[in-house]
Amino acid sequence: MAKTHISLTINGAEVEALVEPRTLLIHFLREQQNLTGAHIGCDTGHCGACTVEIDGMSVKSCMSFAIQAQGANITTIEGVANPDGTLSALQEGFRMMHGLQCGYCTPGMILRAHRLLQENTNPTEEEIRFGIAGNLCRCTGYVNIVKAIQYAAAKINGTPFLEAAE
Amino acid sequence: MIPGSFEYYRPDSIANVIELLGRLGEEARPLAGGQSLIALMKTRLAAPEHLIDLSAIAGLKGIRELGGEIVIGAMTTQHEMIGSALLAKHLPIIHETALVIADPQIRYKGTLGGNVANGDPGNDMPALMQCLNAIYHIAGASGEREVPARSFYHGAYYTALEPGEIVTAVRIAKPAAGHGYGYEKLKRKIGDYATAAAAVMITVADGVCTSASIGLTNVSETPLWAEAAGQALVGTRLDEAAIAKSVVAAESITNPASDMRGPAEYRTKMAGIMLRRALARAKSRAHG
Repeated sequence: MAKTHISLTINGAEVEALVEPRTLLIHFLREQQNLTGAHIGCDTGHCGACTVEIDGMSVKSCMSFAIQAQGANITTIEGVANPDGTLSALQEGFRMMHGLQCGYCTPGMILRAHRLLQENTNPTEEEIRFGIAGNLCRCTGYVNIVKAIQYAAAKINGTPFLEAAE
Repeated sequence: MIPGSFEYYRPDSIANVIELLGRLGEEARPLAGGQSLIALMKTRLAAPEHLIDLSAIAGLKGIRELGGEIVIGAMTTQHEMIGSALLAKHLPIIHETALVIADPQIRYKGTLGGNVANGDPGNDMPALMQCLNAIYHIAGASGEREVPARSFYHGAYYTALEPGEIVTAVRIAKPAAGHGYGYEKLKRKIGDYATAAAAVMITVADGVCTSASIGLTNVSETPLWAEAAGQALVGTRLDEAAIAKSVVAAESITNPASDMRGPAEYRTKMAGIMLRRALARAKSRAHG
C-alpha cells in the first residue's frame, strides 16, 4: 500500500514522515519516531496506557491512525518535562506520592492528568477519579495516583498540598 | 493488532463524501470518531478497502439553535456535547447521557453521528434519541431525507441507512421548560456498555404528568421506544401504581440476550429498575 506524507508537530518539533494509512498512531510514535514512552497495554482502547495529547484532547493512540494526525500538535510523555529538564509538577507529584509501582500506566496517566488539570485546575478527589477513569493501573489501587494529581494541582496553583489522612 | 490495508480519504464537503461512497461502493466505509470502527478493524472483523474520514467537514460539526429546535452536527463529539451551554440549557439529558458513555479519552473522539448511525444496540444515544423523538438528517446520492430515530433501527447493526448514505445531523425539538429528565445506566464498570439503561422525559402540570417518553438501551436487538410505558404515566400523579404499570409495560417489550452482563431475565428486571430510578429523578427535577 502506498505511503502518504504527513507533517505534524510532536513535542514542539516539526516532523515530516511517510505512513501507511493503516499505521496506528501508537505504532508510528513508538516505531517510526522512537518515542517509546507511550505504551501499548491492552491494544483494545480500554487501558489508556497509550494516551497522548492531540490538539487539546486526551486520545488513546492505539485507537486512531497516524494519517489522521496530519497537521496535529501532539505531546507525549517525552515532552512534558519543564524546558530546563526538571520534572513537571505532575511528574514530581507521581514521584513524591509514589504514584507508580511498575510504571507501565504512568505515561498515559500523566498525559491524561495533564489535560484534566488544564480543564479543571482544582479538581476534587471524585473529579480526579472520574477524569482518569479511562486509565487502568493494576498496581497502585489508584490512591497514590489521586494524591499525585492533587500534589500537582496544588503546586501549579501555588496552594499548600494537604495530604488526606489515611 | 494491525488493521488490514485500506486507502484513506479526507474529503472536505458532504458532496465529496457522497461522491466517494457512490464511486467506491460497498468496500468503502465512512469514519467518524473511529472508537468503534477502528477497534473492529484491528481485529479484522471490519476490513474496509476505503476509509472516508469525515473529520475535515466543517458542515458536520457544531450545535445550533434553529427556532424551536436544536440541531447537532453528526461529527459533534461527546466531549463537545458535555461542554455545550446550549445543550445544558435546553437538553440537559444529553449532557447526562454523554457522561456515562465510555471514558474521557473515548468521549473526545466519539461522535453523536457515529453513535446513532452504527446501529450497535449497546450504544446509549439511540434510545435517548427515540425518547426525544429526534430526527436524523441523511444525505445520499439521491439527495437529502429525514428519518425519525423511532423508525431508524431495524436490527443489530441494521438501520434505515442505505448504501452510500451518511447521517449528517440530528434535530431535536426543544423540550418544554421545567421538564423532568433522567438517564440511568447500569454498567459493570466505566467504559462498559449498559447491562440495561433507561431514558425518561416527562412534563408535569399541577402534579399531574402531562407527557412522558421512555427509551431503553441494550435490552433488545435495537434501542426501544417504550410507548405504552410512557402512556401509562400520562394523566397520573406519578404515584407507585402508575410507575409499577409503566415498569411492567417497559419490561414486557424487552428481549435481551443472555451474555456476560447477565441472563436475559436479570437484564429485563434491570431495565425496569433503571426506568424506576430515571423516573424518580425526572419527577424530582420536573416543575410545573
